[in-house]
Amino acid sequence: MNQFIQQLINGLSLGSIYALIALGYTMVYGVLRFINFAHGDIFMLGAYVGLYAGRTLSSRMHTGPSVLLAICVLAISMIVCAIVGVVIERLAYAPLRNRPRLTVLITAIGVSLFLEYGGQQFLGAGPENFPAILPRYEVLHTATLSITSNQLIVLTVTVALLIALTFIVLKTKLGTAMRALSFNPTAASLMGINNNVVISFTFGLGSALAAAAGILWAVNYPSINPLMGLLPGIKAFVAAVLGGIGNIPGAALGGLILGVTETLVVGYSDRLHIPPSYRDAVAFVVLIVILLFKPSGLLGKAGSEKV
Amino acid sequence: MRIAPSKIYLLVFIVGAFVVSYFVPMDQYVREIVLTIGINIILAVSLNLVNGFTGQFSLGHAGFMAIGAYFSAAVTTFWAPRLFGSSVDLTGGVVAPLVFLCALLGGALLAAVAGLVIGIPSLRLRGDYLAIATLGFGEIIRVIIQNTEAVGGSRGFTVTYPYTTLFWGYFFAAITIYVVANLVNSAYGRGFLAVRDDEVAAESIGVNTTKYKVIAFVLAAFFAGIAGGLYAHFKQYLHPDGFNFLKSIEVVVMVIMGGMGSNFGVITAAIFLSVLPEILRFIPQLYERAAGIPLPHLIDDLLKNRMLIYALLLIALMLTRPQGIFGGGWRPAFLFKKKAASADGTIA
Amino acid sequence: MEPLLDLRDCTMRFGGLTAVSHLSLSIASNDLVGLIGPNGAGKTTVFNIITGIYEPTSGAIDFRGASLIGQRANAIAARGVARTFQNIRLFASLTVYDNVRAAFTMHLRHGITHALWRGKSFDKEEAEIKEKVLETLKIFRLEKLRSVSCKSLSYGDQRRLEIVRALATQPKLLLLDEPAAGMNPREKKDLMELIQFVKEKYQIAVLLVEHDMKVVMGICQRVAVLDYGSKIAEGTPAEVQKNPKVIEAYLGEEAAKA
Repeated sequence: MNQFIQQLINGLSLGSIYALIALGYTMVYGVLRFINFAHGDIFMLGAYVGLYAGRTLSSRMHTGPSVLLAICVLAISMIVCAIVGVVIERLAYAPLRNRPRLTVLITAIGVSLFLEYGGQQFLGAGPENFPAILPRYEVLHTATLSITSNQLIVLTVTVALLIALTFIVLKTKLGTAMRALSFNPTAASLMGINNNVVISFTFGLGSALAAAAGILWAVNYPSINPLMGLLPGIKAFVAAVLGGIGNIPGAALGGLILGVTETLVVGYSDRLHIPPSYRDAVAFVVLIVILLFKPSGLLGKAGSEKV
Repeated sequence: MRIAPSKIYLLVFIVGAFVVSYFVPMDQYVREIVLTIGINIILAVSLNLVNGFTGQFSLGHAGFMAIGAYFSAAVTTFWAPRLFGSSVDLTGGVVAPLVFLCALLGGALLAAVAGLVIGIPSLRLRGDYLAIATLGFGEIIRVIIQNTEAVGGSRGFTVTYPYTTLFWGYFFAAITIYVVANLVNSAYGRGFLAVRDDEVAAESIGVNTTKYKVIAFVLAAFFAGIAGGLYAHFKQYLHPDGFNFLKSIEVVVMVIMGGMGSNFGVITAAIFLSVLPEILRFIPQLYERAAGIPLPHLIDDLLKNRMLIYALLLIALMLTRPQGIFGGGWRPAFLFKKKAASADGTIA
Repeated sequence: MEPLLDLRDCTMRFGGLTAVSHLSLSIASNDLVGLIGPNGAGKTTVFNIITGIYEPTSGAIDFRGASLIGQRANAIAARGVARTFQNIRLFASLTVYDNVRAAFTMHLRHGITHALWRGKSFDKEEAEIKEKVLETLKIFRLEKLRSVSCKSLSYGDQRRLEIVRALATQPKLLLLDEPAAGMNPREKKDLMELIQFVKEKYQIAVLLVEHDMKVVMGICQRVAVLDYGSKIAEGTPAEVQKNPKVIEAYLGEEAAKA
């Protein structure tokens, strides 16, 4: 039983990170009907911004790992990546707003490759060591169960961000505008909404969340490299589809389910007779199953083309 | 007896390839580049059938290439020696090409079967969803191969016999072009284009859209398998990472750059992108010779980053000419004589 | 005599919305029937359930004696039901010639292997098709435009091309969805002549959805009126025009204009 709880906690921790990234995919899809292939690389960028911020701040402030340091690093990373997200949208996607969706999809692939291989060029291809910005304790350590402070931090930060996001989406003007746009962009602009501003805001918000995910990931797995966004990015996308692409609670739910499933499959690999090296395939199998049986996702609604 | 012109072209081309491959002296370096071009042509033209002519965005082409590569490599590296023992010389003679052909076709057929299995469920999906599903399947194939110890898994697989020659490479390139072009340029083939342009309208004139999509997908997978087999017996080393979705994207870039739905365009793009790394490698030397001083280290480094160049190419292309360089359907008139150009206005 | 197309008590529901309600309609093989009604009355939905794009929630649809329910759209087309669309759906990247040629794929005797082998029988069939396409284009005065991309055709020509493409499938029943939409009076007159010509020459039945009363009253032998998914009247154009329920639904000032 304890093993199950352990796996569950590990899974929720992983799933929270997937959820944060998935939210960005789903919000952008909701507002633009477009899969931002480059989103996973913002996650990577977040980790790198955190790396440089962490190193600079901790030497300036002459402190070691502390909650204050961590919060500063998180904030800086989220803000920087939000700006990057907005810039990318304005430069690469906005000019293609009226073109066929395939064109933008391909551009997004281009931006993704640009971030990855540009990252290798300018940030160094090799793995970098993410500085310890947070003090680490064993919150619970028995023979069968181990919960670290890092895992609790991941869960807490994710919950906090989710609450903040829900507030923004439901209670603020910009959030309501986002929801309006996702239903009908033309009507939204006729109601006086500046679509461009809302779209930029959506990108910024999604990128900030991805950056947070990057920091949380790096805190737990301190070796980062420019291609680190590839797999988590795709898996987070699967999570968004699982929950229903365009549906915000769906993305969070999908992320958690995917994280737990992946961890359980690996954790019980001997019982399931599936080698743990198949870990990455779990997400793809989930993707295929969902696309074949319920493409609108768990919480999504089926759309149809008017003939 | 009148023979179709395309069959004559095919025959002439194959004979030419044979002559060039075995009788024209060529620097090893040049030979390798030309062979790479040939393999990329097969990949690009086959993908063009799915993405370009049928309008289905597949991002999993590398998976089919991998199946062809690994299966054919296993046949020639393990099974053939075990079957023939030491009694037969497997490095040349008559038996070796036969073994190679069987291995290639076996790999291609297996890839085609995979195409069928993957295609039937996936082709129900549209646009982005299809792209992601095919990407997912491609990755699943890669992970399965990575976990198959018999073919080396993540250690890689060394292929014993370098059976691929220029002749074989261009023999199959010619066949691929012949098949795809002739298929699309027939009354039957108009169905593919109809599916691409408007599925609802296509159904309304009796076109079974699912059948056409699956046929395109399976044929493309077959030829990707051939390309994989040729690749395996050329580079003689296979690793699952070489068949991930970045590889699929490389082929997609060729199709997009060339202009989806233009065979001439994608062939040109395949040639250009195969040669690009070599061109990039020469630029620093040329610059130094012309300007007298070496290129700044940063630019030199950048030029070596092939994927970064690809990325910039893709973005620039989409922002300026998204239909690709030959995407308007233009093709050189001198290649297509008499009736082809005027009466039916078909696109190549 | 058995009707060509027989809809019996058809209902189409999309979740909570009933688009078509208990519709019964019969079309004989030489009929020219009009289907009219206010916007949103369900006319295009009727077309969609006949052609297999949607499966009716309940009811029966028989065509030449066999049921169409559950059949794929392309199978229904193969049986002899052809249609045009409210928003013209031509194959945008193809020429006029190819748009029509694509309609011949259904009746091909030769498939993939022949396209690849390119033997004598393939050449023969391709030549036959080419002749038929050119002949058809000539009849409808599109022959000179055959190599033109259909995107550059005038609106009226595009509509005509869509009808020609539908005819190329050799149908027994032609469904026209608002063919006069966006046309000027001269084009509408040409269209009316075209439809009657088509019906006579190819001996097919025509079911026409239209808003323009002049067109409907001018060529239809019979008119059925839909409102909120139900048929509220059916009869000759003159009868329907006088029907108070129809006038109430929408005819009103349209009748005065026509």
